[in-house]
Amino acid sequence: MATYASIKYDMDLSSNATGTGGMTLLSTQTASSSATVDFTSSIDSTYKEYLFKCFNLHPATDEVSLQFQVDTGTNTSYNQTMTTTAFQSAHAEADNDTSLEYRTGLDLAQSTSFHSLSNVIGNGNDECISGTLSLFDPSNTTFVKHFTGQFSGYGSGNYNYNSFSAGYVNTTTAITRVRFKFSSGNTDAGTIKMYGVS
Amino acid sequence: MAIKVAVNRALTAITALPTAAALTDGNLTLLTTATASSSATLDFTSNINSTYDSYVFKFIDMHPATNDVTFGFQADTGTNTSYNQTLTTTFFQARHAEAGTSSSLAYTTNRDHAQGSGFQTLIYDVGNGNDENCSGELHLFQPSSATFVKHFMSRASNYGQANEAADCFAAGYFNTTTALTRVRFKMSSGNTDAGTIKMYGVGPKQS
Repeated sequence: MATYASIKYDMDLSSNATGTGGMTLLSTQTASSSATVDFTSSIDSTYKEYLFKCFNLHPATDEVSLQFQVDTGTNTSYNQTMTTTAFQSAHAEADNDTSLEYRTGLDLAQSTSFHSLSNVIGNGNDECISGTLSLFDPSNTTFVKHFTGQFSGYGSGNYNYNSFSAGYVNTTTAITRVRFKFSSGNTDAGTIKMYGVS
Repeated sequence: MAIKVAVNRALTAITALPTAAALTDGNLTLLTTATASSSATLDFTSNINSTYDSYVFKFIDMHPATNDVTFGFQADTGTNTSYNQTLTTTFFQARHAEAGTSSSLAYTTNRDHAQGSGFQTLIYDVGNGNDENCSGELHLFQPSSATFVKHFMSRASNYGQANEAADCFAAGYFNTTTALTRVRFKMSSGNTDAGTIKMYGVGPKQS
């Protein structure tokens, strides 16, 4: 039985609780009828990878895609050039339809539009989308910036979509900010957490 | 995991405090960082053992000296340096040209192994243009198991030499029940001019 005098800590809780080289939570954004969800600070050379975890993003509008774009410096245009890929598996709740296919309507070819991270999501009360987006070395000034994403969505039409996308932001300027939004309408609810991976 | 804060009365029931490793449950512990600089290979020859159930390698901004090459990996046992363990693997990818003229999602038969001992492709068609590179991650599961084969899976994004984006997926197993102790990454031809690979242990240390 330990006593106050005998209790010894064999570690520094403050440093080891997150693990050396682990994930550090940098920012949490909670949507509430939000036109966009923006991360405008803490994206710099501190980490080689930034991980965005999206939880239960719920659109105000039916049949919309979750999208993202990035920008440099303090710019707010969110129109960097990207070339991307997109494919998905889908399965209907009715069990009468399954598929695995490349989605030409979701990818980008040297475009400055927002990249779609998912197929269309429903706005039913319990419908939402969750998943992760990794952005690699956004502050690099030599190379393009790669990203990978995987999201599970409750689609309009009562489908599950497992959406995979990847690509690169075709610039050698440092990326400093990331914007998420739905292709139409607000994000009624949901949380996005940004982590640095060291 | 949640850290429970004890109150004074509860302290009498505490007989041991969690170790640092236990508090990293589900998290990443950085073990080794290798930085390429005109490197023929990037080798991880220590810290791969039974300490962690799985290991993840994050490779970032890998840039080849030679154009149109494959970035791949192999593993070895003990202190061996042949890097020729038997593999059976799968490989598929999505790709999309910058020109918007072509896109595809396909299994790539010449990038897999069927009991082969060559390097496993993680990404191919890597370009050596000034801003071209590839980034991604590789998970290796229970490399020290002496009972089972050793599984891996990877995903990576590539800026291809033909100016296209590729989302590459490889997975498979090392068909050996001998513990894997080392991992080598390299380009199929020429050096790796730049890039960083970080090896992490995942979750709590195994006692």
